[in-house]
Amino acid sequence: MSAITVRQLTHIYSPDTPFKQVALNEVSLDIQKGEFLGIIGYTGSGKSTLIQHFNGLLKPTSGTVLVDGEDIWKKGYDIRSVRFKVGLVFQYPEYQLFEETVYKDIAFGPKNMGLSTEEIDSRVREAAEFTGLAPELLQRSPFELSGGQKRRAAIAGVMAMRPQVLILDELAAGLDPKGRNKILNQIKEYHSKTGSTVLLVSHSMEDIARYSGRVLVMHRGSLLMLDEVSKVFARADELVKTGLDLPELTKVLLILQQRGFPVNTSAYTKEDVRAELLRLKGVTGC
Amino acid sequence: METLIKLENVSFSYEEGKTVLDRLNIEFKQGEFVAVLGHNGSGKSTLAKLLNGILEPTAGKVLVSGIPTTDPERLKEIRRIVGMVFQNPDNQIVATTVEEDTAFALENLGVEPEEIRRRVDEALKRVDMYAYRQHPPHKLSGGQKQRVAIAGVIAMNPRCIVLDEPTAMLDPKGRKEVIETVKELNRTKGVTVILVTHYMDEAAQADRVVVMDQGGVLLDDTPRQVFGQMELLKSVGLDVPPSTELYLDLVKTGGFELAVVLNPTECAEKIAEQIRRG
Repeated sequence: MSAITVRQLTHIYSPDTPFKQVALNEVSLDIQKGEFLGIIGYTGSGKSTLIQHFNGLLKPTSGTVLVDGEDIWKKGYDIRSVRFKVGLVFQYPEYQLFEETVYKDIAFGPKNMGLSTEEIDSRVREAAEFTGLAPELLQRSPFELSGGQKRRAAIAGVMAMRPQVLILDELAAGLDPKGRNKILNQIKEYHSKTGSTVLLVSHSMEDIARYSGRVLVMHRGSLLMLDEVSKVFARADELVKTGLDLPELTKVLLILQQRGFPVNTSAYTKEDVRAELLRLKGVTGC
Repeated sequence: METLIKLENVSFSYEEGKTVLDRLNIEFKQGEFVAVLGHNGSGKSTLAKLLNGILEPTAGKVLVSGIPTTDPERLKEIRRIVGMVFQNPDNQIVATTVEEDTAFALENLGVEPEEIRRRVDEALKRVDMYAYRQHPPHKLSGGQKQRVAIAGVIAMNPRCIVLDEPTAMLDPKGRKEVIETVKELNRTKGVTVILVTHYMDEAAQADRVVVMDQGGVLLDDTPRQVFGQMELLKSVGLDVPPSTELYLDLVKTGGFELAVVLNPTECAEKIAEQIRRG
């Protein structure tokens, strides 16, 4: 089952002007329900334009976007409803907090959905828990929180709408390694507990390798790859040519391969790489 | 090497009772490339802002080339010695073309037009942005914008550049461009580089790594010595480069010879050596 289906999607900024720019060119893809999809591509590759089509913030110049099987731009479709189905957390979302209390800020989305007070309350608390915000913080002003807590509050505000698809754009930018791991592990847990679809846009190949099931690679407004993590990173040469990086451990394996060691370069997690190297040491040592 | 910046018993708090930096003593020498690490809230950005008088210490002294940063008469001089580059490139652009942006500070100082032309051209060539000199800065990529910001600073001929998480908002390519640019400046012009970062792989390329924790210096040594202390770094919310961790794991679980590697190439070489040995 597809959560989001995109067919022949083209988006042109400033058409019919000298500044015309084709940001997306005939992109077709299917995002499966319940998957954890990583999205990579250098700045300007079209990934931000793409994700803004997933919840109807941008309208295709041509092509179709189906959410939950329905064309979101067909006549009579309530485009507002897609914002509740597909939640988008922008980069540095902490700058978008505005309410008097953290509680009210997280409740803003559910309130707009017209839910009952009890339902809103349970969703606010659930979202706060998913993001690791202590209950006593809910009555504080969001502006009294630390940077990391603010970001959690902003994410909780989107989670509280219980979107079928949660999109996170550079979720961990600017966080220290511990904060980064913590927030990503919480997203992983949210994913496995709720079974919802999660899309993670990141420049960190380490994070993509560690958390995603499949990876989508954008390049010059086109879809370059959409495949399992190991298969994407196995196409190292192509990735590097497009200006992307590889996970550091993949680089280690590739260097060993170049030096003539019979190493399986499809391993990418810490544990698998270690196991592969231990195997190699045992095998070639015999 | 000559000491360029010296912190003597420096304490700092934004509000009373909340100490961000606590009696810090640290020196930066001319020509060094120093990385500063620390978790969010460890005081590393505060430290950066103390280095050219954006912030004044609550107690103690910051001396830049012997001049205390608390001397308002000489603040201009200090800022000419120590230039700053911040995290968000969009907050640092003031003009409508790349070359005007680079010339901004020089024009404010009343430098002769021919001299401005010469220095701007040289600075833009150094950061490899000369071809873009007529471009509007807002159309550039993040990495290009940061290089323009660096050009604006080096046009002032500073002896030191402090960069506060300059790559946090950039893609891998942009990160590489910025780091290569500052390394090059350090190597060929002898500019002291102080790089505040969350990226362990960037810190691994420095001559010296200072690790901040709880308002003080936890470690101050070569990258190899610092990243050898994986457990300690993890306990304060930091990490080591993935290659370093992989190799230390192999030491622990596979009987590989103890070593601290800092990047994928070193890691692969050390592993190759161990495998060949059997």
